[in-house]
Amino acid sequence: MDDLYRAEILEHYRHPHNFGTLEHPDVTQEGSNPLCGDRLTLMLDIDEQGNVAEVAFTGRGCAISQASASMLTDRIRGLSLAEVSKIGRQDVIDELGIEISPARLKCALLSVDTLRRALEDRVAWQAETEEEPA
Amino acid sequence: MTNAERRSEDGGTLPITLVPVDGPDPRVEGALVVPRTGIGRSLAAPTEVPDAAAVSGSDPLDPEAIRRDFPIFERDFGGRPVAYLDSAATSLKPRSVVDAVDGYNARYSANVHRGIYALGEEATAAYEGARDKVARFIGARDRHEIVFVRNATEAINLVAATWGRRHIGAGDTIVLTELEHHSNLVPWQLLVQEKDADLEFVPIDEEGRLIQANFDALLRTKPKLVAFTHVSNGIGTINPVREMVDRAHAAGALVLVDGAQSVPHMPVNVAELDCDFFAFSGHKALGPTGSGVLWARRELLEAMPPYMGGGEMILEVHLRSTVYNDVPWKFEAGTPDIAAAIGLGAALDYLSALRMDRVREHERLLTAYALDALAHGVPGLLLHGPHSADERAGVVTFNLPGVHPHDVASLLDREAVAIRAGHHCTQPLHERLGEAATARASFGVYTTTGDIDRLVVALRKVQALFA
Repeated sequence: MDDLYRAEILEHYRHPHNFGTLEHPDVTQEGSNPLCGDRLTLMLDIDEQGNVAEVAFTGRGCAISQASASMLTDRIRGLSLAEVSKIGRQDVIDELGIEISPARLKCALLSVDTLRRALEDRVAWQAETEEEPA
Repeated sequence: MTNAERRSEDGGTLPITLVPVDGPDPRVEGALVVPRTGIGRSLAAPTEVPDAAAVSGSDPLDPEAIRRDFPIFERDFGGRPVAYLDSAATSLKPRSVVDAVDGYNARYSANVHRGIYALGEEATAAYEGARDKVARFIGARDRHEIVFVRNATEAINLVAATWGRRHIGAGDTIVLTELEHHSNLVPWQLLVQEKDADLEFVPIDEEGRLIQANFDALLRTKPKLVAFTHVSNGIGTINPVREMVDRAHAAGALVLVDGAQSVPHMPVNVAELDCDFFAFSGHKALGPTGSGVLWARRELLEAMPPYMGGGEMILEVHLRSTVYNDVPWKFEAGTPDIAAAIGLGAALDYLSALRMDRVREHERLLTAYALDALAHGVPGLLLHGPHSADERAGVVTFNLPGVHPHDVASLLDREAVAIRAGHHCTQPLHERLGEAATARASFGVYTTTGDIDRLVVALRKVQALFA
């Protein structure tokens, strides 16, 4: 059983990075996973140059959804929206670096899907569409 | 003129080889005229009964012997069979059910109520024979009260869309409970939104039992319908159906009982329950997916408008009008899932041979064992639902503090222990429990204490991993 979740995943779950709220976020987006009732609220500060100046998330969920939100928020802080637009769903799965069964895909992708909705007015997403990765 | 006479006047183009059962004692036995072919006769007779070892001796079921009847246990999951603890979602299927479905498809896969040839008659006999088996199994007085549907969800939707649309009006109240599966909630939401009617809910106490005083208070509002589950799929609570039916009837309400979690696990007799509508799924009762049943009192079914239009549900069709078929066929538009119905008949034969009182006792003992093993074997584990196995069916729901149920289920899967994680289609119940999701282990006739031991060991591994 211990080979399913890498130590890094569990560490992100126990101590998620960027967990909390922003005082005056430019963008707030809620996401949920109807399968398990998990919820995620993502907050972003976008500066005048169009960079992600600050990011935070709250919510509760499983190790996979929490670790993926923790990793994704680390990754996008400081990026330009153009750079953010290149992040695809497969990138998130690759970064998790563990086997994601089809039943858990929605957990793994909750954070990136919420990010995409948060920025849908500002970003032309370049990677794939809402289709689930094969 | 009875329907059967109408049919015979039709020059034999109609299909059903049933004798009229309008007489004083339309018991299901003998209601079916079995076609002349020997195969047809054997099909309508009970299918293979369980391994003799399973039913020999005195009382307790022998799940090890039962497991030999379930081909899925021959599959290897890392050197062991699956510990299947998700029977509340769907049951495993014994070989006799697999064979009954295969037998139809391989040997007499004709349509029912149509073919004037041996294969068609065999198919009709087996399909209608399955209806008799269902009637007998749930204590229906009349085989015409058994409507084949896909599952309990469809049965409840059928009642909401037909009886409900005709009888529920603006300002009327339907009483449900906090325990309900979404399938006994959303159809009523759709109905009351359309009709500007109201829903009220019987709350549960700290152990997940319905608070009967609140039920009585809601009955004083004179609801038209009370609909509740016999057994909670979320936390296993067994509701006192007969007492609640009596009080609902005294208040002038009709009663629908969702039997999806009771029929597979305990003796059920709709006449003794005295309810008006009863729904269950065949696939949770060892039968195939696609098999389900609505039972309703015949006079209710006869007064209800049809659900879907099409073939089979008609007697006469003209360009602008139709004379509907008799019940239950009025509600079975289109070619039904014949193989699934026949498979369900085989499943009920299997359960009947085990005897449902023994099935209940087996699962009650397993539940007591599991509640004890989890409470003492997994420190800190939070159990939901009634504390006593006497008050709950084989459904044990829990949370492992600090570990999301989805992680629990994924990690247990690595040990070939199959449980359910999520809200189990009972989101309002989970809001009441204060949990977005729970983990659920649920049992069947083939469940052993060994399966529960594997669950406990695996949960301790999960705890160690997350410590």
